[in-house]
Amino acid sequence: MARIAKDDDSAVVIIGSGAGGGTLAHELTRRGIKVVLLEAGKRQSLQSFSQVPGEAFAQLTWLDPRTQSGNWTVAQDYPTLPSWTCKTLGGTTVHWTGATPRMRPWEVKPRTTYGPLPGTSLIDWPLEYQELKAYYQLAERRMVVTRRNGVPGLPASNNFKVMYAGARKIGYKRVHTNYMAINSRPADGRAFCIQQGFCVQGCKTGAKWSTLYTEIPRAEATGNLDLRIESMATRIEHGADGRVTAVLYRDSAGTEQRQKARVVCVACNSVETARLLLLSESAKFPRGLANSSDQVGRNFCHHVGGFVWAFFDKPVYSWRGATLAGIIEDEMINEPRRGFVGGYHLELITLDLPTFPLVGLPYGWGRGFAAIIDDYRNMAGTFVCGEDMPRATNRVTLDPKAKDALGLPVAHIHVDDHPNDVAMRSHAQSQASKMYEAIGARRIVRSRATPATHNMGTARMSADPEHGVTNAYGQSHDIKNLFVSDGSQFCSPGSANPTLTIVALTLRQSEYIAKQMSARSI
Amino acid sequence: MDNPIPMQRRAFLKSTGLLSGVLAAASPWALIAPTRVWAVELRALSSTEGAALMAMTRTIAPHDKLEDAAYALVVQSIDADVARDPASLSVLKEGLRQLGSGFAAAPEPERVRALQAVESSAFFQSIRAKTLGTLYASALAYAYFGYQGEAFSKGGYLFRGFNDLHWLPEVPPADSGPVLEQTSA
Repeated sequence: MARIAKDDDSAVVIIGSGAGGGTLAHELTRRGIKVVLLEAGKRQSLQSFSQVPGEAFAQLTWLDPRTQSGNWTVAQDYPTLPSWTCKTLGGTTVHWTGATPRMRPWEVKPRTTYGPLPGTSLIDWPLEYQELKAYYQLAERRMVVTRRNGVPGLPASNNFKVMYAGARKIGYKRVHTNYMAINSRPADGRAFCIQQGFCVQGCKTGAKWSTLYTEIPRAEATGNLDLRIESMATRIEHGADGRVTAVLYRDSAGTEQRQKARVVCVACNSVETARLLLLSESAKFPRGLANSSDQVGRNFCHHVGGFVWAFFDKPVYSWRGATLAGIIEDEMINEPRRGFVGGYHLELITLDLPTFPLVGLPYGWGRGFAAIIDDYRNMAGTFVCGEDMPRATNRVTLDPKAKDALGLPVAHIHVDDHPNDVAMRSHAQSQASKMYEAIGARRIVRSRATPATHNMGTARMSADPEHGVTNAYGQSHDIKNLFVSDGSQFCSPGSANPTLTIVALTLRQSEYIAKQMSARSI
Repeated sequence: MDNPIPMQRRAFLKSTGLLSGVLAAASPWALIAPTRVWAVELRALSSTEGAALMAMTRTIAPHDKLEDAAYALVVQSIDADVARDPASLSVLKEGLRQLGSGFAAAPEPERVRALQAVESSAFFQSIRAKTLGTLYASALAYAYFGYQGEAFSKGGYLFRGFNDLHWLPEVPPADSGPVLEQTSA
């Protein structure tokens, strides 16, 4: 591993080690660029992943406080957990479920496709789908995505057999075991999936792609990476010319450190990325870094989500098997006659005990509540993942009162559902219910919205610097050597699980950064 | 916590309360526990308070055939939490006091009404969350609901029934994928 001196200003400093930061670290170091990678969390491994659900949650989750407001039901149901992300080396690629569908071509031109929808802040992405598609192909090879490049699909589980039978019965055509960054056969030096069903607890076989055991060790092997775990970035500094010069962080002992930098890339997952840019306000940038447009933190998107649980007379044992290995793509269309713009897909899901009663069910207790859990073994499950509308007022700000353990303002998340989101959730949950009823479900239970796991849009790209924070490469409009390298860049969420798109954009961004560095323009 | 059943050696000077009972003969635990008698010690709560809290947890999550021992473990876990935190101990004691002395022995509809009356309190909400998080994470509950939990230690579910559902048609290969044989590597 490289040791880069704190006052060495020739390196790229990447903050965050997930799908964006971890991949970027590998891509830059393999090109010979020195990188300091700061990660707030600890380093776990296949061996250390806990398989006790509550313990695993505590081991991996970002539990620093956040506050929230708005009319979304998450504010009532999960007041202390608006968003479920990770604080661990590898970021959310440790607890993600591996689903990697692509965005659709029209989803990168949402303003053009949907028109001027009141109460939204839609803009088109400043890039063409053909270009994104080329990087999707690279990302899919990198992550060994099933059903792409000749990689076989994962085999159908019990839970998927139920989804499949119901979906076909009501006429859906594009139903399969999903595009998954989970090995269906040994590949990339990693094992194949043994259908543990504990995807969100950390995959103990490594069959699921995670930067923790793919990109990061490969970056370390180049000799160009200085990895610093338990290092929490608190501020990005700049010089008189406005270029960023250093990152302040607290090390594992809580001591403040300053790492000088030639380039800084922020990849802390949308909530913390916006928070860090806002925390870095200065006399020159009183609204925070990269924020002359006042767009940092705004347009927070999280996907229209929600569970549909179906209960049958016979056992399903839904917990056996890869958690998200099933998808229905037929509703990934823009068909305003359904009562909303944008699309959604339905994905296979189940939850362990005790997570199912804690998160999967609408709030309740007593006989009616317990009776649902009595039926746990006969249950099949579907998760809605749909495009929510970006809104300027759905945003991450610094809480004026609440502070974290370091005394810094915590992120405050405000979300009001757009009527389009509400109509979409209702349609999607109705379709999933119909699907299960068509094959004899005797009871359907719908959840409300769940804490956001797909966080997007708080530092978005834009063609016009007034509408966003970065250009099409994630480079700040205001500060040339400051980049955003995670889902914060998304102009709109589309309906695909975001990780594949984050990796694709990162592969593209890394080429851009390397070129700009060798041309000495940054 | 997952090995709750055997009668624990009591440390009378340290514990303030005790919950005890007898496992049903049909309980899966009765087969492996050294004795069907179980007991859990309480450090912060009295036996009376423990019994009221146990009745509360069963009212929140009523599964008639689930052993009392499963609920007693929730009480033990809550007791251990509040023993470390005087502020939450007093909230808990006050909450239980307000339920009234007859709560533990009251018929279920009465217990439900009593809890509905305090449902918005921090006391009720914290006990609800703790009950769900602890009860449904216990080995007794796993056995009761048929949930098999983590599978890595047993080689996953690949050969333990991940696709053994046969009351619906099989998925055509084009929409599924091959089941690989496990290799010695």
